[in-house]
Amino acid sequence: MNNTMFAVAATAVAIAVLAFAHALGVDYFYFAGYTILQFIVLSTAWNILGGYCGYVNFGTAAFFAMGAYSSVFIHKLYPLPIPFLIVIGAIVSGIVGFGMGYLTLRLRGAFFSIATLAMAVVLQTLVVNWDYVGGSRGAYVIHPENLEFGALSVHYIEYLFVLMLALAVLALVTARTIERSQLGYGFATIRDDELAAESCGVPTLRLKLIATTLSGAFMGMAGAPFPYYIGYLQPQSAFALDYAVNSIAMPMIGGTTSWVGPLVGTIVLGSAQQYATVTISSAVNLLIVGLMLVGFVIIAPNGLIGLVQKRFRRQP
Amino acid sequence: MDFDFNLLIDAIVAGLLLGGFYAAVTAGISIAFGMLDIVNIAHPAFVILGSYIAYFFSVSFGIDPIVVSIIALPAFYALGWMIYQIYYLSFERRGQEALRGLAFFFGLLFVTEVTLILTFGVDYRYVEAAYIGPSLHLGSIELPYRLLVPCLVALALFTAIQMFVTRTFIGRAIMAVSQDQLALQLMAADPIRIKRIAFAISIATASVAGALLIVIQPVEPSVGRDYIGRVFAICVLGGLGSMPGTLIAALLLGVVESLTSTFYGPSWSPAVAFGFLLLTLAFRPAGLMGR
Amino acid sequence: MSALLHVDKISKHFGGFVALDGITLEVQPGERLGLIGPNGSGKSTLVNCICGTLQNESGSVQFDGRKMDGLSAHQRTHRGVARSFQLPRPFHSMTLADNLRVPMLYTVHTRTGPLHADNIDARCAELLQMVGLANKARQWPRDLTQVEMRKLELARAMAAEPKLLIADESMAGLSHSEIDDILALLIELNKAGITIILIEHIMSAVMSFSQRLAVLVSGKKIADGKPEDVVRDPEVVRAYIGQ
Repeated sequence: MNNTMFAVAATAVAIAVLAFAHALGVDYFYFAGYTILQFIVLSTAWNILGGYCGYVNFGTAAFFAMGAYSSVFIHKLYPLPIPFLIVIGAIVSGIVGFGMGYLTLRLRGAFFSIATLAMAVVLQTLVVNWDYVGGSRGAYVIHPENLEFGALSVHYIEYLFVLMLALAVLALVTARTIERSQLGYGFATIRDDELAAESCGVPTLRLKLIATTLSGAFMGMAGAPFPYYIGYLQPQSAFALDYAVNSIAMPMIGGTTSWVGPLVGTIVLGSAQQYATVTISSAVNLLIVGLMLVGFVIIAPNGLIGLVQKRFRRQP
Repeated sequence: MDFDFNLLIDAIVAGLLLGGFYAAVTAGISIAFGMLDIVNIAHPAFVILGSYIAYFFSVSFGIDPIVVSIIALPAFYALGWMIYQIYYLSFERRGQEALRGLAFFFGLLFVTEVTLILTFGVDYRYVEAAYIGPSLHLGSIELPYRLLVPCLVALALFTAIQMFVTRTFIGRAIMAVSQDQLALQLMAADPIRIKRIAFAISIATASVAGALLIVIQPVEPSVGRDYIGRVFAICVLGGLGSMPGTLIAALLLGVVESLTSTFYGPSWSPAVAFGFLLLTLAFRPAGLMGR
Repeated sequence: MSALLHVDKISKHFGGFVALDGITLEVQPGERLGLIGPNGSGKSTLVNCICGTLQNESGSVQFDGRKMDGLSAHQRTHRGVARSFQLPRPFHSMTLADNLRVPMLYTVHTRTGPLHADNIDARCAELLQMVGLANKARQWPRDLTQVEMRKLELARAMAAEPKLLIADESMAGLSHSEIDDILALLIELNKAGITIILIEHIMSAVMSFSQRLAVLVSGKKIADGKPEDVVRDPEVVRAYIGQ
């Protein structure tokens, strides 16, 4: 299935999901669905750098938060429609991704990961001390109850849901396109053996910078609508390490070598977390993430799709 | 700005005392990451676990928290032993420690933290001891016992580890395995057993470090996250695996953090440790005294 | 005729350890140079500095009339230097054929423009045939023996269509006939115009292959000349008893 056909198929699936949600007419579905779609974007974005290139980024929250805070910043100047904010979020976080890559990509494995964590905290500290966007007190973002599109009146949460659905489709299509392109090939050589890749003529630094910029940009896009979703944005929640652990756990559970992994992992883990939040408490969320991450990493290092592939290989 | 000399001295002193304590927290990472190349990002969570164990037994039985932590050493040693076994069998043996090992410890960090939340809740916990409150006065300098005692215990712990590593057979074997695993094998020592002992020791230090932490400040489960940056910054700045380097780096970080907090406000201090780390990685990855 | 490769007094330290101490070496276009020396003498470090995996601290490396100092490894490969690794480093998540595609896509095409997919496939098959791995094109590196992995290393280096090929101990562990096969292959490549530096411990192979022999001991070059003269040089005999 070539890239265009896949894009069309993915859009068709998205429309079907939207139709289902609309028919259901339950607001909770939009709220929960938004979160899961958001994590599909985040984990797919993480996987471009982590799964394809093998560089573990602990700073997901920073890119996500930069997208959110650029929305807050602009909202205070002049409230733009969210799609514009998404583009701005992509640019801001893409630049941050490029900058982070430039500073840290010469470091080997573990040092790179620790450096990403360091950058996230430094960015968080800068935002906490930046009063214009609310600092540690936080920022309120008010939005209308409904949006009018000509004759159509849409619940605001449904509007956000549609936007995030579109972003999820975009992220998945992009990931799949990369995977099957020469770029994805280059990424795989970096993951397998960076030294050998260099001596084969692969410009590893350039490719890694592309990966961090793209990854950052998508995370920023996922963050841009967040202030409108949550209504009140605080650095502690925007920069929370929880985003890092989720965006790492979901691809690792689903499988890191292909675009399917983050999608599957997010749906599995995201649903488990939603269920736990509703039935037990939200604190248990992170316990589930932690346990599943540890469990899968030990038992099924290639994730769920790895297990499925193993099963298929055994068939005659 | 009026330059208050007393404020400066107090900030430096507090920074030095705190730095001594940071060295104790980092000792475990110096062993795990510096010598064994294991990125145990969950170490601060184990320190918090140590804090809670010290808190629980101190409050329930009236024992001094630091004494509790020493009694708890074997339990932490066993925990470290088990964790290394799992880590070795799942990752090191398969050569996948880069991505998966990192994810493993990251997961452990959250499992530990949330287990503490579910057991003890998110309220701040603190301990009572005779030395929390009063201060030692040397001239115009005030040394709170709350900081002084942990600093002294930390230095004692540090010295004990340094002597262990340089003077005992197992200690030197640990240094050897960090430099040349094959050579160690040729000398008929089992490198896996040596590494397991070393890692177990690194987790055992978390017990003591945790008790010291809860003497210094009230603790709640997510406090560990502040220390992730600190311990790796100190470890890298001090030169991986160099104990004297780690101590100097810890004192330095403590002083700079204290000065930043005093003169610029506490909201800037998280950036200090991480900023240090980034600068070190960018300009001198070998650290102050590294190999 | 100016040298293809001119290594001019390069030095490299690791902490206090001097790995290379002012090495000067020239390789003429089309030449077959053998490089020998005891373990730890600096041969691999020299290769790393020539190829850009490591950067020398002093001195300079010139290739094809241009300085290469400061260039990264992939840039040097684009200029025409290729090497095989002493310990094979295949791309584990790819088949053998795909392993060979990497240098073609990332090096060859920078010189000739995008290659047609059929050309690439044909070239992969040809290279695998040359090293005797044609029937394993769709297999994974983990299914190969050590010896087969060395052959893959060599094939991958050849896939970059270099002007200079550095073969770093490709023959360790091979049988006599396999060594002869590789030697024949290297001589074929040389006849087609590729300059070759052969680093080996197997003296018979080195002697029969090399037009010139250089000897490295403890980071210094102690001999450089005709093979028959070099092996009789008393200093060489003293420092390095080959076999």
